[in-house]
Amino acid sequence: MQRKRWLFALFAILPTLAIYFWVRVLPIAEIIRLSLHKWDILSKNKPFIGLANFQELLTDQQFLISLFNTTIIAFGVLMITIPLSLFLAALIHHRTGSKLSGFNETMIFIPHVVSLVPAAMAWKWIFDARLGPLNAFLGMLGIPARSWLFDPKLSVLCIIVLCSWQAIGYAVLIFLVGFKNLPVSLFEAAKLDGASAVQSFWHLTLPLLKPITLYVSVVTLVSGFNVYAQAYVLASDAQGAPGRQVRVLVLDMLENSFRNYRVGYAASEAVVLLVIVLVLTLIQFSLLRERGRK
Amino acid sequence: MSSKVEKRPGSGGAAMSRKQKAINFGIDAFLISVGLLMILPLVFLVANAFKTPQEMLRWPPSIIPSDPTFANIRTVLADTPLLRWIFNSFVFALLSSISILATSSIAGYVLAKFPSKTMTFLFAVILATAIVPFEVYMIPLYFQVKGLGLLNNLWGMLIGYLVMSFGIFLIRQNVMHAIPDELLEAARIDGAGEFWIFFVIVLPLLRGALGALAVLAFFQAWTAFAWPLILATTRDSYTIEVGLALFQTGFTVDLGRLSAASALVLIPSVTLFVLLRRNFVQGIASTGLKE
Repeated sequence: MQRKRWLFALFAILPTLAIYFWVRVLPIAEIIRLSLHKWDILSKNKPFIGLANFQELLTDQQFLISLFNTTIIAFGVLMITIPLSLFLAALIHHRTGSKLSGFNETMIFIPHVVSLVPAAMAWKWIFDARLGPLNAFLGMLGIPARSWLFDPKLSVLCIIVLCSWQAIGYAVLIFLVGFKNLPVSLFEAAKLDGASAVQSFWHLTLPLLKPITLYVSVVTLVSGFNVYAQAYVLASDAQGAPGRQVRVLVLDMLENSFRNYRVGYAASEAVVLLVIVLVLTLIQFSLLRERGRK
Repeated sequence: MSSKVEKRPGSGGAAMSRKQKAINFGIDAFLISVGLLMILPLVFLVANAFKTPQEMLRWPPSIIPSDPTFANIRTVLADTPLLRWIFNSFVFALLSSISILATSSIAGYVLAKFPSKTMTFLFAVILATAIVPFEVYMIPLYFQVKGLGLLNNLWGMLIGYLVMSFGIFLIRQNVMHAIPDELLEAARIDGAGEFWIFFVIVLPLLRGALGALAVLAFFQAWTAFAWPLILATTRDSYTIEVGLALFQTGFTVDLGRLSAASALVLIPSVTLFVLLRRNFVQGIASTGLKE
């Protein structure tokens, strides 16, 4: 009897496991292997070259710029998204049960679900130097027009705005889950002791929400480091080449792989991305554990 | 995933002071303005789709075009295989959700209800790989697809989106919480086979979670960008995201036509989202319960 059940379990999970191994585990192992090899698509040999790819990355101007831009974008999005969405979630939670809460949640969440490219297109128009409402609006305030999407520094800012606009909906939703799971009794006790709403927000809500804030921060940072479509659409350079105005990590990696045919080298960039993500996740877990021990 | 709505201080009640009411009104007004501001770019995008080139330049921009025209939409449909791209995206997203539902439900169930060292190990592997973003292993996966001769092909695209680590996790959690062991034992004592138990008892109980997962998986594939971009190089094999992104890099394309193309994509997906909002929100919200 017991054996029959095990046979079922094994047979049932085997196809999924096979697919999972083939489309996830294998390519992840392969990217690490490739990063240690010199493989230029056209050449037949793939000699092992140790860490030479990574050494080259350290002096590769294009890569360093990409890494720099991507880091700025990721942390920029984080700094806008977390405080703003915490604030919005607090207000929405406060109004739980109001007739409008569903409406508000939906509105704030829509930017997160719409396809990236059409959404980016809307912002491209807003930022457009000649036709865009942003310059027209600033003009009314007496601020001179700027070519938002053709200035390397300003276009980074534009990408941050676009990414934050999309990230806020998700963050608000997760924070709302956090708010709903807060122990009500604790807040009632605080109220009886004469704590004001603002006081209990600072001294109770924020510390209690720390794990969820940490989680949202890491998710936001990780997706910030993977930014690609937004830069691809918003930051075309003067010749119309997509994404060249603000090089980001994924773009640089894909160009090395599919334009310059340096697959091994591109793989080493992917490994850098992997390391960044792992470090962020480890920081999250160690901070959580520290909290648990207290 | 508690969906109970508790009465909070400030959610009503006769004892509420006038000051409290005024504050709540202010908060409502503020939240509504933020909500409207959030969708304003999209509203303008849809409006621009129906504007003449002259009206596009007008300040302040109008939300309802004064002289609505279908010219933009007509030219876009004539110039690009937009409907073909939408169709590609739709089929891709549909097949991907079906595959993710199938693989996640069976794997999630087995991982939850057949505990052993092997299963714990497998689950740990799945959780560990879940951390790795798709962009990291996209290149080797591309060569795997190329090896099969499936570039420029929906089936090739699908290979990247057959499974979803989070889906397996979500179903496993749901099975653990919603399906008691006694239920399965009782069915076994009655002589039910394992397959019968899975299809007739387990799957119907997972309806809510599967609905959430289906919507999540569909939108994930529908909005995929980098993966279809590297796989599809022929005009007819683009997904809508790729088609639009490449379309907008052209020189001759004006904003009216770009907005028209974007609006044609946005309107159905936003409608779909509003209809399936509950499923979606439930699915997304449960991503936050990972710890």
